[in-house]
Amino acid sequence: MKEAENNPIVSLIASIVSPFIMLFGLYVIFHGHYSPGGGFQGGTLMAASIILIRLAHSGQTGQLQFPATLNTPLGSLGVLIYYGTGLAALWWGGQFLNYAYLPLAQAISWRRSWGILMVEIGVGLAVMAILVSIFDDLLEDNSYD
Amino acid sequence: MRVVNYILLGVFFLLLIYASTSLFYRGDLEALVNREKSPANSPNAAAYYIRHAYHDTHSPNMVTAILADYRGYDTLGEETVILTAGLICFLLLRRERKKKKKSSPEKKQ
Amino acid sequence: MIKFLLGHYAYWFILALLVIGLYGLIIKRNLVKKVIGLSIFQVAIILFFIASSTKWGATVPVLTDHQEVIQSAAYINPLPHTLMLTAIVVGVATSGVAFALIILIYRRYRTLNENELLERLKEDEPE
Repeated sequence: MKEAENNPIVSLIASIVSPFIMLFGLYVIFHGHYSPGGGFQGGTLMAASIILIRLAHSGQTGQLQFPATLNTPLGSLGVLIYYGTGLAALWWGGQFLNYAYLPLAQAISWRRSWGILMVEIGVGLAVMAILVSIFDDLLEDNSYD
Repeated sequence: MRVVNYILLGVFFLLLIYASTSLFYRGDLEALVNREKSPANSPNAAAYYIRHAYHDTHSPNMVTAILADYRGYDTLGEETVILTAGLICFLLLRRERKKKKKSSPEKKQ
Repeated sequence: MIKFLLGHYAYWFILALLVIGLYGLIIKRNLVKKVIGLSIFQVAIILFFIASSTKWGATVPVLTDHQEVIQSAAYINPLPHTLMLTAIVVGVATSGVAFALIILIYRRYRTLNENELLERLKEDEPE
């Protein structure tokens, strides 16, 4: 890929808009119980905000916000949060992924609510990191010809 | 050969239209999937979720409750699929760059 | 008759979309266009599930206030929405894998046309 010079207008607008998209993605994840939303949608929005910065700033500048070396560890961490929630329920005496056994609250329905929130955080993290990872890999080294 | 492909597509479309005539009316409340009970008199899955999602999980959004709680195994599998796809992209495309650093750009695989 | 048409016309549009995707997969010779056809096919399947979850007079599956008795006829079927939600994200990931494979094919053979690719493969055979 040719090293295009940065357009100042595009990079400024991307820098202004990107944090708000990230914030909206976090809102969609954490408000997923009460409004349409959840881990998949919020993770996609956060990935969109990071990819916007990558598109506007070419080269190493785009990596400053979210370096490419973080992609695979964060994705694996998200999947591990999901598995860990299931295994924690197993540890405290229930079945795998049965949130009613997590010692987070008194009432069983609130325990399941907190379990859903933990799982959604894991899903959002994994989806965000892996979509950015696929984007980085596809643009990795197109300097043939 | 191209003509055969087009004919095949047309026949397939007509076959699908014929099959769709026996589907239930869209949005019909009396259709089998929208009833409270299945023909075997067991509770229907969708009606059960709508009735019990808030009492079970305190989350008014039923889609989230089903996604993460009732069908947690399904979502676990899907997330593993996403991770695997990301890792496959990583493994397919990153190997090329390391070979290029050894100054042999035309050697492939 | 008019009731039958009103109950089924959405299915027919979705099936037309599905056949368009299949057309891209079968007739087109460029691999990128084949992947686009695959995506259209997948969108048709997703739309089919979403369309079949409709109930007339019902609303989205998010409770507005805390009712004591919840009528299941008042909310549309949440199960197809859940299944398709995961299918969309997995579709994005799998199309990423498809594009990675296409990039590798282009690096090796310098073409994406299927006929030319088959010729190149025949040339490579005897070696």
